[in-house]
Amino acid sequence: MLMFSSPNPLPSKPLNPTKTAQNKEEQPPIPVIHVQDLSCFYGRHKAVEGVYIDIYERHVTAIIGPSGCGKSTFLKTLNRIGEMESNLRIQGRVELLGKNIYAKDTNLNQLRRQVGMIFQQPNPFAMSIYDNVAYGIRTVSRPSRSVLDDAVESALRSAALWDEVKDNLNQSGLALSGGQQQRLCIARALAVNPKVLLMDEPCSALDPIATLKIEALIHELKEKLTIVIVTHNMQQASRISGYTAFFSTDEHRIGQLVEFGTTSQIFLEAEQPSTRDYVAGRFG
Amino acid sequence: MTEALEPTQSNLSPVPTESWISQFGDSGFRGISFLAALLTASIPFWMCVLIFKDARPAIAKFGLAFLWTQEWNIDQNLFGALPYIYGTLVSSAIALLLALPIGVAVAIITSEKVLPEGLQTPIAFLVELIAAIPSVIVGLWGRFILIPALEPFQQFLYSHFKWLPIFNTQPFGPSMLMAGVVLAIMIVPTIAAISREVFMAISQDLRNGAFALGATQWESIVFITLPAAISGIFGAASLALGRALGETMAVTMVIGNVNEISTSLLNPGNSIPALLANQFGEASDPLHVGALMYLALLLFLVTLAVNAIAAVLVRTLTRNA
Repeated sequence: MLMFSSPNPLPSKPLNPTKTAQNKEEQPPIPVIHVQDLSCFYGRHKAVEGVYIDIYERHVTAIIGPSGCGKSTFLKTLNRIGEMESNLRIQGRVELLGKNIYAKDTNLNQLRRQVGMIFQQPNPFAMSIYDNVAYGIRTVSRPSRSVLDDAVESALRSAALWDEVKDNLNQSGLALSGGQQQRLCIARALAVNPKVLLMDEPCSALDPIATLKIEALIHELKEKLTIVIVTHNMQQASRISGYTAFFSTDEHRIGQLVEFGTTSQIFLEAEQPSTRDYVAGRFG
Repeated sequence: MTEALEPTQSNLSPVPTESWISQFGDSGFRGISFLAALLTASIPFWMCVLIFKDARPAIAKFGLAFLWTQEWNIDQNLFGALPYIYGTLVSSAIALLLALPIGVAVAIITSEKVLPEGLQTPIAFLVELIAAIPSVIVGLWGRFILIPALEPFQQFLYSHFKWLPIFNTQPFGPSMLMAGVVLAIMIVPTIAAISREVFMAISQDLRNGAFALGATQWESIVFITLPAAISGIFGAASLALGRALGETMAVTMVIGNVNEISTSLLNPGNSIPALLANQFGEASDPLHVGALMYLALLLFLVTLAVNAIAAVLVRTLTRNA
């Protein structure tokens, strides 16, 4: 049996936001990101095909699926970071607050400040805790020391790290434990006030206690911002997300969005047999 | 039970597990490997001892004063090493100063996503190919092509900057500066190749971390990648310095081989390897040979020290990073 500790989607939320989200009910959640017929290519190889999905504001959307189904590739299209590391090519539209981020005039640096990202391996920079958090702020402006101090403190508090590091802000970020490093990275991302936070298996390198802390943090953060999280851990997806997207590969090894819905829908009454099989642990 | 096992046992028994090969193979291989390792590891000590032995007449006669004496008179058996030590250090320093920014720039261009991949690999390959050019060819090219080509540049330095002590003599071709330039060309591939590997070893996640905060590629390279790579770049620089200090042929051909100390880089000079290459053939007097061996010992110790210091620094830097 699957258990849901939190957060059960509220009954007022539509129970069936299908791929095209046609049948919305009276009080539809607001989509922050609207993805329309998105396909990704590595060179000639098509990695992800025809994704339609809405990411709803102030909700956690979990992306689950077997390895190689393109869930990470998809996540990295949402802030256009995938194209920085490989020859990734995109077709289709990704709208952030109604604006196509693949339009020619998109300012990538602005986009990435709006859509922050947390990575699989905690990746603090080789500088002090303070400088890590201040880094994003300093790329846009040179605020006074006291303003910066406040921003750093508030970001560290939001990431539930302040109490642990407030006396050692000048210590190297790399001296922290793995879980603390990951929360430092979250603080660093929060410091630039993103609207959306992308998380690419943020707990896969962490121990269970550190994982719980991150999950609790995600639970708090969704009050303020929208989170999209890729996870291999289905219990985690069920614990933290309001919506779940199940990706899988077809017979040509091309990743596809198989099913999208509220998390309880996906885990308890999925329409697609492959979704049911995956969440029941029968493959993947 | 035993009967059930019997077929397996009878299958195993014909295998000659105690053959002399398998018996001797393990210990024999270990012994041979150990001997090879020991032999290789002892070569530097052995060399050091032999060089020291041959250098003893000069060490006994001149002592440490050898290091700061300028005279080098074969007829009167007076030998002092300062011009060669000076020339070696200065030409290598010029080379490192010129090659480090260029080498690191090449490493960045060929490892970060700033150029299309179709351009990066050929550039990296061509730069690394420079290292494959025999140094005598580099020296010949330096002597007959580079020096005439850079003649106007040397003249320009002299005519416009002669108020600087380092450019205050009339250039006439071979010079300390030219030796530095030729050495720089020779060590750029070392710096570029090692730094490139360091850059490529840096996790893409680290760059992505900067990009995800809205950093530009420039900001990501300067403030994130470069600091993370600094210990590796230091290692590359020290290896390059080691090569520059010991480089013989090319330097001999462009440095001018004049046993003088001059602040001006436009003046010719000499270096330890260049002097050794020029004089080992004609040295017959034990004291002359001893003086050359003394110089060899110095170079040996300096390069050893450079590499050792670099290794220690790299280790502490990586630990702190």
